Amino acid sequence: MKRIALLGMPNTGKSTLFNRLSGASARVGNWPGITVDLMCAKILTGSHIAELIDLPGLYDLHGFSDDEQVVRHFLSNNEVDLVCIVLNSTQIDRQLSLALQIRNLGIPAILLLNMQDEAKRAGITIDAAAMAAQINMSTLQLSGKYGDGCPALLQKMAEVINHDAPKIKADEVAKRLEADSQIELEMQSIVNSTVQIPTTLNNKTTDNIDKILLHPWFGLPIFIVSIFLLFQFIFTVGAPLQDVMAWLFDQTRTVILDPLLSTAPTWLNGLLLDGIYNGVSTVAAFVPIIILFFLVMSMVEDSGYLSRAAFLMDAFMAKLGLDGRGFVMVLMGFGCNVPALMGTRVMRSRGMRLLTMLTIPLSLCSARLQIFIFMIAVLFKPSQAAWVMFSLYMMSLFTIFITALIFKGRFVSNEPFILELPPYRFPTAHQIWARGWQEVKHFLIRASKFIIFGVVMVWLLTNFPSNVPSASVDTYAGQIGALFAPILDPIGIDTHLAIALIFGFVAKEIVVGSLAVIYGLQGDALISQMAQNLDWVQGMSFMLFSLIYTPCLSTIATLKTESKSSAFMWLSIVWSLGLAWVVSLIFYQGARALGF
Amino acid sequence: MRLLYNLKSGAFATISGIDAVNVDQPLMQRLIALGFRVGKQIQVMRKANFNGPLHVRIGSTDIILRESEAKLIQVTE
Repeated sequence: MKRIALLGMPNTGKSTLFNRLSGASARVGNWPGITVDLMCAKILTGSHIAELIDLPGLYDLHGFSDDEQVVRHFLSNNEVDLVCIVLNSTQIDRQLSLALQIRNLGIPAILLLNMQDEAKRAGITIDAAAMAAQINMSTLQLSGKYGDGCPALLQKMAEVINHDAPKIKADEVAKRLEADSQIELEMQSIVNSTVQIPTTLNNKTTDNIDKILLHPWFGLPIFIVSIFLLFQFIFTVGAPLQDVMAWLFDQTRTVILDPLLSTAPTWLNGLLLDGIYNGVSTVAAFVPIIILFFLVMSMVEDSGYLSRAAFLMDAFMAKLGLDGRGFVMVLMGFGCNVPALMGTRVMRSRGMRLLTMLTIPLSLCSARLQIFIFMIAVLFKPSQAAWVMFSLYMMSLFTIFITALIFKGRFVSNEPFILELPPYRFPTAHQIWARGWQEVKHFLIRASKFIIFGVVMVWLLTNFPSNVPSASVDTYAGQIGALFAPILDPIGIDTHLAIALIFGFVAKEIVVGSLAVIYGLQGDALISQMAQNLDWVQGMSFMLFSLIYTPCLSTIATLKTESKSSAFMWLSIVWSLGLAWVVSLIFYQGARALGF
Repeated sequence: MRLLYNLKSGAFATISGIDAVNVDQPLMQRLIALGFRVGKQIQVMRKANFNGPLHVRIGSTDIILRESEAKLIQVTE
């Protein structure tokens, strides 16, 4: 099969173009270096299937960041039939150098002048034919976002890869990667003769929005209020959806499943209904709110506001030994910690990268969000919910800042801070939809991998040995709980909650599911039963512990592979467990001492 | 010699040099890729409070960088 690679600088819309061509949905983010895994897809070019690979964004083939090395290693080790160089047309005057570097490698290449729509609006005109002639490379103008020019691109790809040009060997590419010069001068001359850029290039809309959002005094408060309002929006719209889901699952059980399985053996009935069904459906009820959450997150990421957050927060982050990008990674971690950890690859200095990676697992991810939505429904009035949630997000940031302060002496760096600020963009409905669908898939994969395993284990532990009442102190779960009691009693966590916490180590989605299994209830019945068993001080202590201790096995695995150090992984686990216990202890004993 | 660091917010200038002694190769490449080239016009859009980063514009590219990096860019007004 022919192999085609997409290559370009960050913020050129490369991932968007990849999604457009592949019909699949690579993650897109309006943030330099977000594409961290190599995404591949099969695409139809002409009458042939070809493999399309999305390489990480890079500024320079000779750059020193991890992403730039990934691209270099890829090109030196894999033979490609075609490289499509994606450039942002509005920044052609500096990005063309990348095309010239690729041309000098001798790999067959097509130059794609992307973001044609933005260039047109900015009044930039490019003579693509003249440019093609000068750099000796097919050149197409297109818009990956709106799809203009994509059919022509597929046709062009087919032409090039089916043309039996002698393919260049990968080791030859490796040799040629070592030297190129003169590119600066050549770029200047090509740009001068083929591109017309208005002398005063102003993106009025972006400038006007920046005047407000980057205001020296109001910028930061506006940012915090906007994030609060966005979350408020998610919960206001999402909560009724969640109620509907819970009601549907409840009805399905009473109307269909209970009669259907009434003749099954008691243990099978219990395993299937009280175990798997209750557990999985309690978690699945959160799917709408999680989808909504990621839709909003993807809009914020693609909008360009996150890079502005890096600008606003950098002075403060510098005092913690981090930089503005670290703050953005933490915000990305609100979605899922794993891609946020991978995102630290854009940092060159190991000290800063490790310090950032130590803080990211403390970021309140969407899986933990489910626990909190659930527990808040159990313990607090609807009018208090938003404030409790907000305080948990603040607590998440607080533990991150504390962690960085404590460890900044151990992970020192003098990483330069230079970051591109993209213009504000609004994602298309297609982009938003693709992202939402991807999250549903992601949830279903996790569900089949972890949640079913977790709830079945919890069901077994709470129902065996079979001669004792289920979920009592004599079951295996009760015995395990008793074992941990000396540690967990001082922070107000009882046996039931302890079992949920232990399995939460695998993945936080299991926590709520296992509570349903432990109590043998679901929906409103579960919530009212738990409300009787717990007071808010215990519940809050449980939430604080869940917030701070190690998020999931995937995060641990990512920490290890990204840091290439088991010692660092263990540091992260021990630190977060210790911090979780201390914070919960201070809260629980403090609240009790104050008479709550 | 004026440095980018000395410019007031809103000021225009032309890049006249990059401090080769204090800029290592990786940083130099990143600066060049982002458009910091001798002869280019640069505008300071704003400066963050508390000695935070500068927001500058070169051609059609907006960039934020810290004061420590802005001290490495030489300019003429």
